[in-house]
Amino acid sequence: MSELSVNHLLGIKYLQEKDIQLIFETADHFKEVINRPIKKVPSLRDITIANLFFENSTRTKLSFELAEKRLSADVINFSAGQSSVKKGETLIDTVNNILSMKVDMVVMRHPNPGASVFLSKYVKANIINAGDGTHEHPTQALLDSYSIREKLGDVAGKKVVIIGDILHSRVALSNIFALKLQGAHVMVCGPKTLLPKYIDQLGVKVETNLRKALNWCDVANMLRVQNERMAISYFPSTREYTQQFGINKELLNSLDKDITIMHPGPINRGVEITSDVADSKQAIILDQVQNGVAIRMAIIYLLASKIKQ
Amino acid sequence: MSQKVLLNATAINIILHRLACQLIENHNDFSNTVIIGLQPRGKYLAKRLAKMLTEAYKIKNLQLGALDITFYRDDFRRGEKILEANTTEIDFIVENKKVVFVDDVLYTGRSIRAALTAIQSFGRPNEIELLTLIDRRFSRHLPIQPNYRGRQVDAINEEKVKVHWQENEGEDVVYLVNN
Repeated sequence: MSELSVNHLLGIKYLQEKDIQLIFETADHFKEVINRPIKKVPSLRDITIANLFFENSTRTKLSFELAEKRLSADVINFSAGQSSVKKGETLIDTVNNILSMKVDMVVMRHPNPGASVFLSKYVKANIINAGDGTHEHPTQALLDSYSIREKLGDVAGKKVVIIGDILHSRVALSNIFALKLQGAHVMVCGPKTLLPKYIDQLGVKVETNLRKALNWCDVANMLRVQNERMAISYFPSTREYTQQFGINKELLNSLDKDITIMHPGPINRGVEITSDVADSKQAIILDQVQNGVAIRMAIIYLLASKIKQ
Repeated sequence: MSQKVLLNATAINIILHRLACQLIENHNDFSNTVIIGLQPRGKYLAKRLAKMLTEAYKIKNLQLGALDITFYRDDFRRGEKILEANTTEIDFIVENKKVVFVDDVLYTGRSIRAALTAIQSFGRPNEIELLTLIDRRFSRHLPIQPNYRGRQVDAINEEKVKVHWQENEGEDVVYLVNN
């Protein structure tokens, strides 16, 4: 087994195809571990990890924390809401103060794109990006690809459409990089106002007709409309968005094949996806969440193995 | 590099039969015993023993597993070599069972230490025994000794003991390799 080509997980952009395969193979082992009666291994008992969340999160934060604890790492948590950030401390100062308490690894979510890349240049710790603004969310993309691999056997050659608010989505960008790296065909679909202007230059197909997109794909990854990042109106009303870009059982049944439905969460039921679809057998939404822990264990384990004694 | 044959196929076969008989002596029909090969190399010996017990000695319903100890090792981040994980195949609970660990070479005893921790994830066994084909004397770092040993070998630290199996390397043979 080789090792990762990077010391930080800042984005899929910085990874090679063999890194992704190594993460997946390692995650296979951890998936077996987390399905044992006792789900914990002692590998990282001498590693301390700080989870810095400068932006809200439920799933990702819990998933990281669980992954760290299942590896026996010591964990400290930090949320910007209750911190000195409000008192005017800079990001580098905040992190360096935490690191002086002998922390080895930092998992960070931040509202500004590039925050983790910036941090990796100025602090001495391995950084894992848990989402930086509208830029990247690498662990989500890896667990999405891992879930596709688990469901369909392979990612290469599969047709994946990402539907919804592409403009504000870090999940979309990381997914595009990850899927392309593994040889999948990628399409983005959404209202024109929510598709970035030069997105086709990333080598993805662009489609504004939902039915055409669904007919083309093997997998549909549904994204939430990120109202909190919208200062202006990008579409007339939620009702109209749902009519044009929401999926429901009727629409899926009218296709001539069974496609796999994914969603990174949180779901807005009745907006981008109806309950009967979200809870159907075609949806692997909860598998994605379970795989998230195994993928994060693999990433933390592989990065920790590069920390020298 | 020079290598010497320690055991040839005939010798290995005789030893395996003896080990199988010793196991039967202590475990009768194996109704409350599970055999667990330690990954990566102990798996081949465990499979071979299980096959022999089933075919030559008519033991029925023998439970066989493979345990990977990578995540329980005490040298994580301490060596140049990256630790490679293997699959664990244990689809039973070891609670109140007699467990027999099977490995090809017993050297420092650290793998066995890791295995003793790892097996706890699958329940609390009644007792644990250790079977090794080769026992390298005088090289233990921990107070661990086998219950069943194929052959005791005195080898200095620079020397290596390599076990080859028909299924994997195409021959049954044990080498002593001098670098």
